[in-house]
Amino acid sequence: MNNIRTLIRKEFSQFFRDKGNIRMLLMMPVIQLLILPFAANYEVKNINLCVVDHDHSPQVNQMIQKITSSGYISLVGYVERYDEALKLFEQDKADIIIEILPHFEENLIKNNEVSLAVSVNAVNGSRASIGGQYLQEILRDYNQNIRAKWIQFPKFNPAPIIQIERAYWYNPTMNYKHFMVPGILVILLTMVGANMSALNFVKEKELGTIEQINVSPIKKYEFILGKLIPFWIMGQVVLSIGLSIAYFVYGIIPQGSVFVIYLFSSFYLLVVLAYGLLISTYVSTQQQTMLISFFFMMVFILMSGLYTMIDSMPPWAQFVTKLNPVAYFVKVNRMVIMKGSKLSDILPSIYAMIIMATVLISWAILNYRKKA
Amino acid sequence: MKQFWVFVKKEILHILRDKQTLFVLIGMPVAQILIFGFALSNEVKNSNIAILDQSKDQATEQLIHRIESSRYFDIKAYLNSSDQIEACFRKGDVRLVIVIPSNFENELQHQHKASIQLIADATDPNLGTTLVAYASAIILNYQNELLVHQKIPYTIVPEVKMIYNEQLKASYNFVPGVMAMILLLVCSLMTSVAIVREKELGMMEVLLVSPLNPFFVVISKTIPYLFISIFNIVSILILSYFVLEVPIKGSLWLLMAESILFIITSLSLGLFVSSNAKTQTSAMFGTLIGLFMPTLMFSGFMFPIDNMPLPMQILTNIIPSKWYFIIVKSIMIKGLGFISIWKETLILVCFTAVMIFISVKKFNKRLEIA
Repeated sequence: MNNIRTLIRKEFSQFFRDKGNIRMLLMMPVIQLLILPFAANYEVKNINLCVVDHDHSPQVNQMIQKITSSGYISLVGYVERYDEALKLFEQDKADIIIEILPHFEENLIKNNEVSLAVSVNAVNGSRASIGGQYLQEILRDYNQNIRAKWIQFPKFNPAPIIQIERAYWYNPTMNYKHFMVPGILVILLTMVGANMSALNFVKEKELGTIEQINVSPIKKYEFILGKLIPFWIMGQVVLSIGLSIAYFVYGIIPQGSVFVIYLFSSFYLLVVLAYGLLISTYVSTQQQTMLISFFFMMVFILMSGLYTMIDSMPPWAQFVTKLNPVAYFVKVNRMVIMKGSKLSDILPSIYAMIIMATVLISWAILNYRKKA
Repeated sequence: MKQFWVFVKKEILHILRDKQTLFVLIGMPVAQILIFGFALSNEVKNSNIAILDQSKDQATEQLIHRIESSRYFDIKAYLNSSDQIEACFRKGDVRLVIVIPSNFENELQHQHKASIQLIADATDPNLGTTLVAYASAIILNYQNELLVHQKIPYTIVPEVKMIYNEQLKASYNFVPGVMAMILLLVCSLMTSVAIVREKELGMMEVLLVSPLNPFFVVISKTIPYLFISIFNIVSILILSYFVLEVPIKGSLWLLMAESILFIITSLSLGLFVSSNAKTQTSAMFGTLIGLFMPTLMFSGFMFPIDNMPLPMQILTNIIPSKWYFIIVKSIMIKGLGFISIWKETLILVCFTAVMIFISVKKFNKRLEIA
């Protein structure tokens, strides 16, 4: 027990001796949490529309007015020929082209039905589909309006109408940052936990100081615990910094209990640290550590559901996310912070963390023994 | 010239010796393309929903059947009371609850007016709006079918066509982005670390007293990474063309030429970093924080530039990968020719020239001091 305490003291004084470490520990959360949420905004707004008008009727003007008054869509071009509009697509200046055929108004009145050619720039698929939806919704609305204006409905309305009430829970202001910040917090914790512990461990190897520890009376498990505990504490500190930034900068107040978040992060950090330890048993230089942990980190982050939904992944990929600790914490953090989920709601995720931690730590210790 | 190739050969041997690193360098683009191509998509489908049907009549049955058979929704649970809504959101799997009040069919038939409530878990605002829009469309379609015998007057029918990417595949956007990211990572990170390593180990002095011009000594370090990068580009293109079925609509040669230009840009960035860094660690953090993070964030492929605050939008203009990303998208996906991308190309050329100029100058100065 005494040995462990000494080792922990060693780690801390070694860590705080290097000003670069402290800067990284403090700067990383600040930079990531202050810049990333502003950049990682997938809200689709500012859709640029170009109209190709072959009709020039008052009806068309009204329609364009209606579309642009929604606030989501703005008119960037009003041209005579389709290929001029296509130019704007090529330069990425327009997202949607509406082509209005000649006699639009006339046909609408005479034939009761008129088609409208809508082309969407779909290089970015998700932007295209959401933008297309907005436009269609506005058109549907506009269509209802002209019908209401033109038809003198009899007092008794024979057409059944289903009224749809829409409610958006848990994020009433529809603020994308509130969605991203809890997720980015997890990435932060992961980078600190995994990278720093792996690098720290490999440094001892590279410098040869690990040999000295190996010949000292310190036992293996004491050495490993002596490495894990300091970084576990630093992880919790980073989490606290992150939660404070979320509160003071973004005004995010956890709906659920903060205790649940810390409880989960205690197990999560064990998994991440064990993972860092495991990597360090396989590599020999800091450069390799960086490259390999960078590679895995990328896979973990991309497959975590932070930027893209896990729901829309194919089944095999959804299975992979079950093995990804980052995915669990991203989900849990969002659930607790935004929806106020309780301990009982996230118990399955905690069990998963315990299993992963056990497996990874045993693997790391076994592998470490073999080499030492 | 012969001496130069001897140096290049030495560098190639260095790289071939470190199998682990080489494996990551070549395996990374393959893994990324496969993940991006197969696993990631923003398409909404099979979202879990719950239904609270307080009416349980024929009309609601028809409507629920319609929702169930759409590919957007999977009905995960049927709730019995409105107290359960919150609990089922809190458990985390259900994204939308459709609430049908009692007497639905009755009201629809006799009062010609009924209501339905859609409650979305808007933690993810995009998903929330999308799901509500899809569900509304299904409900409205159902409503319109109820009056199939009457023709609805004055209808504007939007015929929507998706240009460039009919199936809305996410890989159309990701493949060009991954190309930019990989090239930058391999070229600048690896070259800067390789050059700084020689400095750190004191080998640079040895190399510089050799009969070869110091400038060529440094250039010889970049050549192997040029080859690796070309190899990576080819493997990315082959995978994306044959496995992900992303088209190459424009000229392949133009695409390769622009890629080689961007490789040179990245190499010049690597030179720039290495002329400033003293240790491998600082070179690594310099490239990761100074080059890689900005590339990931500001090149427009992960995060939409339009949504960023104005200062950030201006900042994106000095990120070379932004321009390369635009070039690759224009050639591959839109099939445009050189005339449409000469501006972006010119920016890359200027950027590269400036970087090389600065690094060479710094490099020479250091020699005088040494």
